[in-house]
Amino acid sequence: MEELRLTADTQLACKPGDYRSDVKPVWCPGCGDYHVLMAFTRAFAQLGVPPEQIAVISGIGCSSRIPAYTNCYGFHGVHGRSLALAAGLKVTRPDLTVVVASGDGDGYSIGGNHFLHACRRNIDITYVVMDNRVYGMTKGQPSPTTEPDFDTAISPGGTGLSPFHPLVAALASGANFIARCFAGEPNETAAMLVEAIRHPGFSFVEILSPCVTYRPDQKQWKDLVHPAPVAPTNDPAKAARRIMTDDGFNIGILYRGERRPYQPKFAPQSLDPSVLEQEFEI
Amino acid sequence: MTEAQNLSIAIVGSGGAGALTSGNLLLEAATAAGWYGLLTRTVGPQIRGGEAAALIRLASRPVECLADRFDLLIGIDWLNADRFGAEIQIGPHSLVISDPRGGELPAFVQNSGARVVDVPLKEMAKSIPEGRPNMIALGVVAKLVGLNEDVFAALIEKRLAEKGKVSAQASRAALEAGFAAAGAIEFDRHLAAPVAAKKRWLASGNETTGLGAIRGGIRFAAAYPITPASEILEWLAPRLAKVGGVLLQAEDELASINMIIGASFGGTPALTATSGPGLSLMIEALGLATAAEIPIVVVDVMRGGPSTGIPTKSEQADLNIAIYGFHGDAPHLVLAPQSVGDCLFTTQWATYLAEALQAPAIVLSDQFLGQTVAAIERPADVAFIGERIRHTATNAPYRRYALAANGISPMAIPGMPGAQYTAEGLTHSERGTPTSGAAEHRVQLDKRRDKLEQFAFGDHWATMEGTGEIAIVTWGSLTGAVREAIELAGRDGIAVRLVAPRLLLPVQNARFAAALDGVKRILVVEQSHGGQFYRYLRAHYDLPGQTRVLHRPGPFPIRPSEIHQEITAWRN
Repeated sequence: MEELRLTADTQLACKPGDYRSDVKPVWCPGCGDYHVLMAFTRAFAQLGVPPEQIAVISGIGCSSRIPAYTNCYGFHGVHGRSLALAAGLKVTRPDLTVVVASGDGDGYSIGGNHFLHACRRNIDITYVVMDNRVYGMTKGQPSPTTEPDFDTAISPGGTGLSPFHPLVAALASGANFIARCFAGEPNETAAMLVEAIRHPGFSFVEILSPCVTYRPDQKQWKDLVHPAPVAPTNDPAKAARRIMTDDGFNIGILYRGERRPYQPKFAPQSLDPSVLEQEFEI
Repeated sequence: MTEAQNLSIAIVGSGGAGALTSGNLLLEAATAAGWYGLLTRTVGPQIRGGEAAALIRLASRPVECLADRFDLLIGIDWLNADRFGAEIQIGPHSLVISDPRGGELPAFVQNSGARVVDVPLKEMAKSIPEGRPNMIALGVVAKLVGLNEDVFAALIEKRLAEKGKVSAQASRAALEAGFAAAGAIEFDRHLAAPVAAKKRWLASGNETTGLGAIRGGIRFAAAYPITPASEILEWLAPRLAKVGGVLLQAEDELASINMIIGASFGGTPALTATSGPGLSLMIEALGLATAAEIPIVVVDVMRGGPSTGIPTKSEQADLNIAIYGFHGDAPHLVLAPQSVGDCLFTTQWATYLAEALQAPAIVLSDQFLGQTVAAIERPADVAFIGERIRHTATNAPYRRYALAANGISPMAIPGMPGAQYTAEGLTHSERGTPTSGAAEHRVQLDKRRDKLEQFAFGDHWATMEGTGEIAIVTWGSLTGAVREAIELAGRDGIAVRLVAPRLLLPVQNARFAAALDGVKRILVVEQSHGGQFYRYLRAHYDLPGQTRVLHRPGPFPIRPSEIHQEITAWRN
């Protein structure tokens, strides 16, 4: 695969600004999602796909507000179902570039089942989850990736539950591309998104995107993240070991599989539907 | 020997006895010979095998419901046949064919007063290599109702050779033995000659629903299996592929409804089919389709509820959730087919309406319509092809939810340059930008209501037949039984009007009032324990004069005689 690098002086036919709408985000100042939006527009510009050929699909939550902030086609649907909606869109419109945006509550809790089946189905879409380990929009409840001792009003003293490990789940379920990014590195994230979108099949990109309001401790993430010290692998066993033993701040492409994407072939519309009634005729 | 306009036959047997095979062959042969008829199957709870009964009605003209009484019951064997006692009404007028080695006669047969004639089906089958008792039973029944042996020859070749299990020769020999045995049995009626046969189809309502969807323009379906709707999806899967479409199996109904929303957003007319429990899971996203103005069609093949209920039996008890289930004020379309043939029209029309109005349409079919196989007259061709109004290029910025006189905003399809927008479930402006402003909330609610209320739905909104000061108001699959009850009343000299709305939402106040003009008594007939249809009528329409309600739950469909008795009792 072609090596891609985004720098300030890269000359692009499309500009990131072409992919940004004039809608003002609802996010808090300092939210990691601003950087994810920046990475989206940079990645789209780098890909050179015109905005009308891109669909950004989302569910509910802070992260899911992103479609309207882009100048692409978008769908801000119901909580947790964005992957299903995107699947229906992509199989009927394989010509479109389909990117799904989600968060740790939308994607791993209410949408958890769709996550597994989207990985397994391996339709050529890119799934971006902005993980801040908290429900921000509903003001600070624990999500599936929240640490067990995180004290909240709804779970005094913490949930006592081990966090869900989305990358392991993705690998086990058949995702074809697995990467982790940090929102605070929008250029690197954009480059990763370009790779993910170009990779055939279901690409899963987890972006550590701090919630400065309910998780001010996540401001430290910028000091914790580090590039993955290894090259991408297409060996699921190797990837599993890597993902299960890393510290959660390993940034990079952790798995790049070679499964063929699912895309039903459309028959040319040669058959007149009126022919179908013949089977009923006596 | 009397000529009967219709005859009802039940064939029962334990798992593997082939009762359903015999029943289907009987209906198919009768249809090939020019008769009309229908077959519903009823089975025990076993996943595979277990006792089964084919309930068949053959007639000289089209019929849309089972009769009140069975003329003929044949038991290939009687193991567990008692479970069908409530469904197979027999009496002194009935003839029962029984294999003396088929087990003890069930109580409902013993207590019926029916004449029982022994035919040693098993023993006869033994004398034919590969001979099967169910084919002998078929021969007996066919001869008794007045079918000619010739019509079976081609059928047996076609159907049984397909299965590759039983040789056609053995089946024909068994059939002949049955015909011969029936010669010695007295039966005082046979089918009258059919009326001049028009072009006819043999199909189930689930199949005609599938064809209606494709004719209406559906090219994407999402599927999650559920009884009794799965046949729609299974019918569509290979056929959508032939016409340039696709079906995707979903992980659950939450996914299937969202998949069709996604496909429709992309410009492809889309449908899913489910039953009550699945519809419950889809309701949130149906609200999204309403708010985001995405055309979709959801077919609910209703079964006994609530919860898992009776999956294999019919009920009209999902009316409330279809009409009122949505959160918020969410105008949408609800339609109900009235016969196996009408499943085609109503699904096609629903697709057309959903696309024209950019709104979700729920089609309330039911297990009876869906799984009944009927010989019907070929439904008339109609011109309803779903096609939404598309946005065409202009210099002005695109406003997806622009206010229009008729409430319908041209829809841009992804790929079109200069018209990018975000389909939005949040209250939004005309552009689609989220807002919590009072004015924008109000005008978009108004818009979504007005586009449905102002649309000219035409005469298809209801079936209206007859005149008179008594009217029966019913809906869905009961329309056929009501029509027969009205015929019975007519023979008593009582004129009864039929009013059966096919379009349940949006309500059609002026049309409904006109339909009931001059009516003094209204009998509401519906298959729900809670009287859901009656309450719906009360909420939305003025019911002139006196009103009575005949309503009861499934699992057995309300039959013509029940309705006829209600009319007679009220008049006296």
